[in-house]
Amino acid sequence: MSKLLRLSVSPHIHSGRSTSAIMRDVIIALLPATIAGTIIFGWRSLLVLATCVLSCVLFEALFNLIAKKDQTVSDLSAALTGLLLGLNLPANLPLWQCVFGCAFAILLVKCIFGGIGCNLVNPAITARVFMLIAFSSLTKQAFPVIVDTASTATPLAQMADTEAAMPALSDLFLGTTGGAIGETCALALLIGFVYLLVRRVITWHIPVTFVASVFILSFFFEGFDAVRALAAILSGGLLIAAIFMATDYVTSPATAWGKVIFGVGAGIFTVLIRYYGVYPEGVSFGILIMNILTPYIEKWTAHKVFGGTKA
Amino acid sequence: MKNNGNLSIFANGILKENPVLVLILGTCPTLATTTNVFGAFGMGIAALLVLVCSNFLISLLRKVIPNNVRIPCYIVIIAGFVTVVEMLVKAFLPALYELLGVYLALIVVNCIILGRAEMFASKNTVGKSVLDGLGMGIGFTLALCAMATIREVFGAASFAGIAIPFLADYKIEFLVKAPGGMVVYGLLIALVYVLTSGKAPQKKKFACTGCPGAEFCKPEACTMEKEEA
Repeated sequence: MSKLLRLSVSPHIHSGRSTSAIMRDVIIALLPATIAGTIIFGWRSLLVLATCVLSCVLFEALFNLIAKKDQTVSDLSAALTGLLLGLNLPANLPLWQCVFGCAFAILLVKCIFGGIGCNLVNPAITARVFMLIAFSSLTKQAFPVIVDTASTATPLAQMADTEAAMPALSDLFLGTTGGAIGETCALALLIGFVYLLVRRVITWHIPVTFVASVFILSFFFEGFDAVRALAAILSGGLLIAAIFMATDYVTSPATAWGKVIFGVGAGIFTVLIRYYGVYPEGVSFGILIMNILTPYIEKWTAHKVFGGTKA
Repeated sequence: MKNNGNLSIFANGILKENPVLVLILGTCPTLATTTNVFGAFGMGIAALLVLVCSNFLISLLRKVIPNNVRIPCYIVIIAGFVTVVEMLVKAFLPALYELLGVYLALIVVNCIILGRAEMFASKNTVGKSVLDGLGMGIGFTLALCAMATIREVFGAASFAGIAIPFLADYKIEFLVKAPGGMVVYGLLIALVYVLTSGKAPQKKKFACTGCPGAEFCKPEACTMEKEEA
């Protein structure tokens, strides 16, 4: 009996990666941004982040309990949603609004569609858009505690106003400007990007094409001024969204060309909304629109399987 | 026994076959007028009046109206009652008239009223039709008021125009906007589905056999079947 013939269905080779391992890698990649955000915006940002992570995990646990589903909290996806959403909120946001946004992200965007892997759109980005519409206070961004708060506008608002001076590129790169907790420090976000690439959690396609298309379009819109175009990609929530939110496995295409289409499309929508829309930041809307188009992009770019028929 | 049947005709409209939350009829006025409890209640009562009157008259005339032109006949009857209600509201409740605006006149094309005329009043006796109209109208009013209460209290921190100072700092403005109305509407439908699970008409049965109008429907005239073929 010791030499049992074991039969199992394919696939037979498993990389050993699990959902929780991937989520853990993304959370580790977000740590530099979290630390930078805490240094720049003070202890209140830690409070916002902790509230978001805790309430996301609690809401998911509660939903699974009430709906009598398997408990999925241990895969860390809810914690990651909470952390991402928190990093996209200003540090001075009232905590009850954070809890409400998390409830929206977890319950209405993720759980009622069937939980992880079944959501149509990215919960964190949808909740950010929801909170932008729901609470007018979200547009009143927090300002860094470690620098003089003489300036009263976010970099995007400063750039839109032709009278105001353009923010310095070094400030934008280090993140000492107004904005959400995790979105301002480009350096910390790029460290996270490199970590994710090295760990092969994400591929370069979406972030690079996304940022490149925003850069090229901004270059045209800003009158062929490369410095202002560079400022455009460093300001707002572009980097954190392109690196961490647009690359969500569930809501972005799986094929390489699909990812390129996704990145370019999100970039085009971002720039169009930045220059023509009523909201100063278009990144969330751009990703949301491309999330919805993802099934179609995958259909267009699907490989023909050897021996398969045309879809 | 007969009394029991009449009671269930009346009670059906309130929860089990609630026109807004189970039959999903009349969604346009539901979303548009529930930003304010006062407006929602007024809308509900206006629709209730029109519904009872039109059900009464249509079931009274159900043997007279030729089948081929029944929809235009229903519309004329409904439009007549809507005009009466609209004039009454304009004369005695000008504030409500201002608030509801075009939606008051649009009761003419409210699916609930035309739907009940087609599905119920044209096939049943006058007494039953009036009971059905009352039940459906009250169900509509209750659904509108429930939705408006949620949206106004949490979205605008007031109830029927009276401010609630306690909630003033915790307004969720999203709820009084159109997408917020959709979200609240969806959540209420889910709640009613849970409350009536097993009893409400199931969606999967909504082929010909599960259609609320199936027992009165003529299969050869059914557009649903034709589209499938």
